[in-house]
Amino acid sequence: MNPIIQTRNLNLFYGTFQALHDISIDIESKMITSIIGPSGCGKSTLLRVFNRMNDLLEDVKVEGGVFIDAKNIYEPGVDLVELRKKVGMVFQRPNPFPLSVAENVLFSVKIHRTAAFKEYGDILEQSLRAVDLWDILKDKLKTSALNLTLEQQQRLCIARLLPVKPDILLMDEPCSALDPIATAHIEELMDQLKVNYTIVIVTHNMQQAARVSDRSAYLYLGDLIEYDSTEKMFTIPKDRRTEEYLAGKFG
Amino acid sequence: MIKNAYTREKLAFSILFLSTLVVVLPVILILIYIIYQGWHAISWDFLTQMPKRGMREGGIFPAIVGTLWLVLGTLIFALPLGVLSAIYLSEYAKDNFLTRAVKLAIINLAGVPSVVYGLFGLGIFVIFLKFGASILAGSLTLAIMVLPIIITTTREALDSVPQSFRQVSLSLGVSKWETIRRVVLPHALPGILTGMILAVSRAAGETAPILFTVAAFYLPRLPKSIFDQAMALPYHLYVISTQVPNIKLEIRYGTALVLLMIVLSLNLVAILVRAQFRKKRKW
Ligand SMILES: Nc1ncnc2c1ncn2[C@@H]1O[C@H](COP(=O)(O)OP(=O)(O)O)[C@@H](O)[C@H]1O
Ligand SMILES: [Mg+2]
Repeated sequence: MNPIIQTRNLNLFYGTFQALHDISIDIESKMITSIIGPSGCGKSTLLRVFNRMNDLLEDVKVEGGVFIDAKNIYEPGVDLVELRKKVGMVFQRPNPFPLSVAENVLFSVKIHRTAAFKEYGDILEQSLRAVDLWDILKDKLKTSALNLTLEQQQRLCIARLLPVKPDILLMDEPCSALDPIATAHIEELMDQLKVNYTIVIVTHNMQQAARVSDRSAYLYLGDLIEYDSTEKMFTIPKDRRTEEYLAGKFG
Repeated sequence: MIKNAYTREKLAFSILFLSTLVVVLPVILILIYIIYQGWHAISWDFLTQMPKRGMREGGIFPAIVGTLWLVLGTLIFALPLGVLSAIYLSEYAKDNFLTRAVKLAIINLAGVPSVVYGLFGLGIFVIFLKFGASILAGSLTLAIMVLPIIITTTREALDSVPQSFRQVSLSLGVSKWETIRRVVLPHALPGILTGMILAVSRAAGETAPILFTVAAFYLPRLPKSIFDQAMALPYHLYVISTQVPNIKLEIRYGTALVLLMIVLSLNLVAILVRAQFRKKRKW
């Protein structure tokens, strides 16, 4: 076992409301971990802890330890820019910038100046190939990303992350805006990507968790109820509440 | 008592339509009247010659140039200051008592009568800072007057950039300032331009703020430096309309027409820029 993200006794408060209770979890490197649970149970909140996007909200308090590569990311003096380069995020709604396909993929490269101009073409091709968009879009690199289908947009958003060279990809219900076929495609893509990346996916779709993930965490009202290999959890859940959720009794 | 719904609908429509007409009609009448009265005076010479014989003959060239100088000076001071403080207020400032007080103050500044700005400029720039009546003092006074316009329109433009753009950029490891510079500002630019043009047209048209701070009564030469006084269209119009007897009517209306055209065409540009922006925006 080789955990890349670890939380220890993590509590998170929005003002006086406690959204996460005493969560200790080890997320394994180069695997797909799904976070499941009914709506409002704190899945997105937990995900946003890992790249500190919760910091954008006012009045959020985090207690306990969150370690990435054994370094506490909530220590004072942590460089958020470096953290977020290492931990990329895919959002629920595909959200490309209203720019061309190429400009979207090269967005971070241009700002971080991580590559010379003559390497742009290679980076563009590699990133788009990694999300299986190259063959479709290689002649349309200048069209606006907003003209793509939702599935292509979501793929593009994943491609946009890759030049930053993250180790971890956080995905918050990445398929909730997509139809079943597009969803299946993105799931395939995740399976390809896990060779190189650690993926944490939030989903309220149990079947999706069962299909794509190696390990699953079940959150309920801010508590981590159960965390195990997906196979075990979906066949012999240890906790009665997990069992009820998986059986579709609520949520 | 009108019972028929159709008749009542008709009546409501007529009243609403007439009210609108009453609002628009004076504007159109003023326009037509000024064009009708002034348009004979407009000629190449009128636009490019110095005034002669106590402004009773010749052109209004120095007043046009003076107004352009003032507009430029106003922008140089007001645009950076206004845009930067709008960025601070919209993107950085925490929502606390002080910030709310500042925002309220800015809204209220927009309602201060322009003659008050004139007096303020006289006290601070002309007398206290010893700039004298000069293009510098006038520009600074006008700049303070248009700051609320620039700040308000810039903030509206910034606020209209979707929050998700900022989130994505930050999540890609882009710092906050770079996010503002590379993502937020480019998308807010047309809105900021609109504010700038509105500010320009306001600065070009106001008389009171320049009255004590820069405007020369009669100065048939071009200003040599920013410490020079200058003629300016609105004040020139005031002077030839009320202070100098026996001026041909068409010179007065010609001057008014030039001023009106400058201000109206600037406003038109602002409207076009904004329309273009709305059309392009797809998010
Ligand atoms: N910005 C916020 N301010 C206050 N409460 C919030 C905020 N975001 C989420 N919450 C609350 O925290 C809980 C967990 O939310 P979230 O993590 O979005 O749930 P999920 O993603 O599982 O649907 C919910 O009760 C929600 O109302
Ligand atoms: Mg959520």
